[in-house]
Amino acid sequence: MKLVIGIVRPEQANEVLEALYRAEVRGFSISRVQGHGGELDRVETYRGTTVKMGLSEKVRFEIAVSDPFVQTTIDALREGARTGDVGDGKIFVLPLEQAVRIRTGDTDHGAVTPVGK
Amino acid sequence: MSGLGLSAAVAGIDTGDTAWMLVATALVLMMTPALGLFYAGLVRSKNTLNTFMMCVAAIAVAAVTWAAVGYSLAFDGDGSIIGGFGNAFLSGVDFAPREGTTIPELVFFAFQATFCIITVALVSGAVVERMRFGPFLVFAALWSVLVYAVLAHWAFGGGWLMAGGTLDFAGGVPVEMGSGFSALAAALVVGARKDYGRQALLPHNAIYVLLGAGLLWFGWFGFNGGSGFSTGDPSVLAFTNTLLCPACTLVVWFALDLLRGRKVTAIGAATAIVVGCVAITPAGGYVSPGWAMLLGALAALPSYAVIVWRTRTGVDETLDVLAAHGTAGLFGILFIGFFAETAWNGVSDGLFYGNAAQLGDQALAALAAPAYAFIATYVLLRVMGAVMPLRASARDEALGMDVIQHGEEAYVTGEGAILVMPDDDGAVERPVANPA
Repeated sequence: MKLVIGIVRPEQANEVLEALYRAEVRGFSISRVQGHGGELDRVETYRGTTVKMGLSEKVRFEIAVSDPFVQTTIDALREGARTGDVGDGKIFVLPLEQAVRIRTGDTDHGAVTPVGK
Repeated sequence: MSGLGLSAAVAGIDTGDTAWMLVATALVLMMTPALGLFYAGLVRSKNTLNTFMMCVAAIAVAAVTWAAVGYSLAFDGDGSIIGGFGNAFLSGVDFAPREGTTIPELVFFAFQATFCIITVALVSGAVVERMRFGPFLVFAALWSVLVYAVLAHWAFGGGWLMAGGTLDFAGGVPVEMGSGFSALAAALVVGARKDYGRQALLPHNAIYVLLGAGLLWFGWFGFNGGSGFSTGDPSVLAFTNTLLCPACTLVVWFALDLLRGRKVTAIGAATAIVVGCVAITPAGGYVSPGWAMLLGALAALPSYAVIVWRTRTGVDETLDVLAAHGTAGLFGILFIGFFAETAWNGVSDGLFYGNAAQLGDQALAALAAPAYAFIATYVLLRVMGAVMPLRASARDEALGMDVIQHGEEAYVTGEGAILVMPDDDGAVERPVANPA
């Protein structure tokens, strides 16, 4: 059981969602984050005040999956998020100690497998 | 001679009429930023500023082109197709009354300028979220002369429609059908947004939309109420009809929303306000308050249908200018042909009061204006597209037009912003909490 974290461009978030649905990865959460990953700074000017924007808007996917699903999930994230330019984001895979489905009390594999599978 | 003495000395000026027209002009100018707010709320947050800026650009560009040649081509002489250059660069436009009115021609000019401005801004609704800002400025300048001034001449300036008897009180021909059918052409030439039809592209701020619609309605009292160029009966009638007609459109729109989705929607209501105001624009000074209410109620139906139909097509006429302005304007123009009433307007009756010829005159305008607007805009943008790319690259479109075209964001937080001092060329960088 792993926790897959994908940090992607906001404009690619819908593509990632589509790729995840197609790969039948159905349980995840997303949040809007700001990050810096070496991409070129955007220069903006507000009435004479010029600034370099060091942080970029990103969308962070958190996906808890059973081991056989890890590679599928990573592939789906890459497929949806990749544009080829600097700033496409990162994927981190972490070991996951325990998962509990609140409604039923299911743990681990049962908890990360979507209902109805 | 003092300014007061001068204006009193000009014969044929009515101070009451002039006072109202000064206010009406300011009201109509306000409609363009109001439209900016309405449009900005309807797009995604990354395109907020660019969308609003297209309306600001319309003020900048169209006011200049109108002063240079637009006003003259629309209102100098009574040529059948187009006016002359006699008033180019405001030549001869001064304190003397405009022929047929009791207000100085300078005020008449300014009032008509605000109409040209908002019509240019209206067309932008078809191309937001992907058209580059530079080409839009060029388009605005050319369109304001080649399309708006021509249609304004036909309907207001003594051109063939006006001479032939077509009634258009406040701009069903140049403003509403002119913008609506040009918008359709613009959407076809510029093409759909890259995610159109694949993803839900939703309005990012419904409050902007409602506030923009409310301010548009407020400004429309000057738009319609000023189109009699006086404080006389036609203006009074149009003013009150501008209250009644959109209210009835709202009621019917609520009902249509309930029937279709079982809920009354806020963005639907904002749209209904615009549709109602558009429908009464051509008819304002020609139909009784009772018929104006019927007009408002009925005008909801075709516009609602076009919105439902348009979203099922591949045509990304993004903010539904065709449905709200083209369709409702056409409906209002035709409505005059049925329900105009000499007892109320002192000019002409419609079919319902025994004058079938009026309906023929109205139908002619309903064919000619859309045809000219569509074809002229289509050709103009095709020619422009041959010499400059009209739209942003897919990558820029994805990042958002605000950052790409303007180097600003509407909802900047300032976190992570590094101040670039003007005197050190960015060599010394200082983090700041809030650049705005």
